[in-house]
Amino acid sequence: MEENIYTIERSAPWRETLRKSMKASERTSIERVVMPAQAPDVRNRNNQEVNAGLSEEQAVREAARCLDCANPTCVTGCPVGVHIPSFVKCIEARDFQGAARVLKQTNTLPSVCGRVCPQEVQCESKCFYVQKMQKPAVAIGNLERFAADFERLSGKAELPEKAPANGIKVAVVGSGPSGLAAAGDMIKNGYDVTVFEALHEIGGVLKYGIPEFRLPNAVVDAEIETLRRLGVKFETDFLVGKTATLDDLREEGFKAFYISSGAGLPNFMGIPGENLIGVFSSNEYLTRVNLMGAASDERDTPILRGRTVMVVGGGNTAMDSVRTAKRMGAEKAMIVYRRSMDEMPARKEEIQHAMEEGIEFNCLLNPVECLADEKGHVKQVRVQKMELGEPDASGRRRPQPIAGSEYLIDVDLVIMSIGVSPNPLIPRSVEGLAISRKGTIEVDPETMQSSIPDIFAGGDIVRGGATVILAMGDGRRGAAGVMRYLSQK
Amino acid sequence: MNKIIKKEFLSEQVFRMVVSAPRIALRRKPGHFVIVRPTAEGERIPLTISDADPKEGTITLIAQKVGVTTHKLASLNEGDYVQDIVGPLGNATNIRKVGTVLCAGGGVGVAPLYPIVDGMKKAGNRVITVLAARNKDLILYEKEMRAISDEVIVMTDDGSSGRKGLVTQGMEEVIQREHVDEAVVIGPAIMMKFAALTTAKYNIPTLASLNTIMVDGTGMCGACRWTVGGKTRFVCVDGPEFDAHQIDFDEILKRLGAYKEEERKAFEAYQQKNA
Ligand SMILES: Cc1cc2nc3c(=O)[nH]c(=O)nc-3n(C[C@H](O)[C@H](O)[C@H](O)COP(=O)(O)OP(=O)(O)OC[C@H]3O[C@@H](n4cnc5c(N)ncnc54)[C@H](O)[C@@H]3O)c2cc1C
Ligand code: FES
Repeated sequence: MEENIYTIERSAPWRETLRKSMKASERTSIERVVMPAQAPDVRNRNNQEVNAGLSEEQAVREAARCLDCANPTCVTGCPVGVHIPSFVKCIEARDFQGAARVLKQTNTLPSVCGRVCPQEVQCESKCFYVQKMQKPAVAIGNLERFAADFERLSGKAELPEKAPANGIKVAVVGSGPSGLAAAGDMIKNGYDVTVFEALHEIGGVLKYGIPEFRLPNAVVDAEIETLRRLGVKFETDFLVGKTATLDDLREEGFKAFYISSGAGLPNFMGIPGENLIGVFSSNEYLTRVNLMGAASDERDTPILRGRTVMVVGGGNTAMDSVRTAKRMGAEKAMIVYRRSMDEMPARKEEIQHAMEEGIEFNCLLNPVECLADEKGHVKQVRVQKMELGEPDASGRRRPQPIAGSEYLIDVDLVIMSIGVSPNPLIPRSVEGLAISRKGTIEVDPETMQSSIPDIFAGGDIVRGGATVILAMGDGRRGAAGVMRYLSQK
Repeated sequence: MNKIIKKEFLSEQVFRMVVSAPRIALRRKPGHFVIVRPTAEGERIPLTISDADPKEGTITLIAQKVGVTTHKLASLNEGDYVQDIVGPLGNATNIRKVGTVLCAGGGVGVAPLYPIVDGMKKAGNRVITVLAARNKDLILYEKEMRAISDEVIVMTDDGSSGRKGLVTQGMEEVIQREHVDEAVVIGPAIMMKFAALTTAKYNIPTLASLNTIMVDGTGMCGACRWTVGGKTRFVCVDGPEFDAHQIDFDEILKRLGAYKEEERKAFEAYQQKNA
């Protein structure tokens, strides 16, 4: 069926005409359009979005680079199979609304994914330009963002069609990208959907984790507003398993559950001195700043501002933390990462942006101890140099300490960004739910159904810390699973 | 949003609030707490649920005015709404019949202690309660505690009520007089530290419950972490009660002061604005 949409569209007369309107050699000679951005030494002192977004002319020009391949390999790189050439060609034809519509067939949150997906290892890595020509890929992510933003800002965002209400109550637990996607699909199909969220705000990591300078709250709020208008009910300050159990909710008439409670539990290294004052998890640091607005004088939540801040880790969370620390006034904000630059899991663009903003990168280095001043506040970190050995289970070369290489670094804040584990609250509170050794909920990968028939799950609670697009895709598959289960009951 | 049904001051600094929270009232047990955000600009702080009325759908919170957040909460009146309350959080106290239970409460620690005393008594234990504070005005809940305890001993630093002396003296007196099977100590970290040292001398299993700094209360941030038995634990999901003899109280004393400077500045600004 999805295949169909794609083929029909490629053979559509307007698209054939468009393809022929420019020679391939002409298309490939266009340089990749550079995303306009705030200057590094300006943006590292404000919280506004770094990237400004493409103009219409820039977007059309970039879209013209796409060769509309007969066999679009880029699509195979997308975890949810977005019809990439179709939306890109809509942009080239200046049908921006149409481009947004194509995106939304497969991706519920394109304005989010256009900003935060690791395109360079997904769709863009499979682009013909990269695969066959050693040239920079078509900027699929930037184009996705452009089309989705165009629709949002045009005020013409179409409210999706909705089936007549069927009165069947379903519950979504957790309001991150996975839960929002699941809620969207179920409400469109007429279900009576309630999203339960433990925090006082909707959005999960999109709100409390990823900073404003990378993903403005307004973008997330627009998606939430659409769901509200469609009739999704949101219950904040509601910790499922504590405020009410799944059994309580069953009694209240909920017929099925989609659990998307995320991988919220921060890991610590287990080194001496890790509980000193001034040592944070990135979750705490980012939550204080993003969710609680600690940077503002109008807000009551305190934050410690460091002059020298060390962030331990190499993922997106580490980049977000270190760049936030810089924006909070750190004179020196540094990354300490135990592998090399090449192994860093963060998006390439974030690493590049961080470097431009004056973040210091210390690779092949690992903290072994935090040392305190007389008040119990961290003042130094003892670090150890590392070298790369044989590849480990993740395929990355395993870092090994170099004996006798320890030294001290002066700091006044340390932020641990070394990964997260699944939030244990739901797994612990539901008897009989099959849980993996890592603490994730086990599900059938097709239907997302757990070992308990009316419970489905997806996103980080199933995968461990993963990505927005995978969480979103799980939400859609989970919603389909829930609806199939309910219609067969 | 949770409506304030009743508010009263128990002392100059300590106030009690009855707020509407039907779901929490239904499910809460002794030991549970909530996270409260008084206003939209406010901070999230943990407060113990000291009582609940499931029929009325209300819970009772007791707090002491210390910083901006507790002052803001205290400035709300009956009929006003608290912006956010989420709970019940944490693990319930393991209430069962053990024999004689010695409960010691210092300052506002009596708020979380009250439901535990109540539960322990209802489970068939002999319950002796020691209440301690600097002076008479700061002794809270004496009447309520007398109504549910087998015996109440009041200790004040200045002797203005009950006997002059520290909480540990009151506790030792009981321990030397009769067999105690279990102790529960709740209050300022420094009080719990010495109460725990006292019961350790006599090998009495002891529970302590501590109000750490928290943000989410769901295990997401680690702000509430502390070292228990050499391991890092998250109070909001692993606690709030732990074996008092395994707790590193000195670390807690430091962690509680993490934002002292920021809080003092914020509080001065708040006072100026409201002067
Ligand atoms: C700082 C940071 C930066 C990131 N950057 C990127 C990026 O650039 N690109 C990318 O693709 N991915 C990124 N990620 C990862 C991505 O955000 C996650 O994979 C994604 O958000 C997971 O979505 P989710 O819906 O499964 O869970 P979450 O977004 O974690 O949402 C779970 C929600 O459930 C709530 N909850 C938990 N338990 C309960 C309960 N019992 N009852 C009610 N509610 C509950 C939580 O409060 C939370 O709001 C980043 C993550 C972080 C932390
Ligand atoms: S308060 Fe955040 S983990 Fe406990």
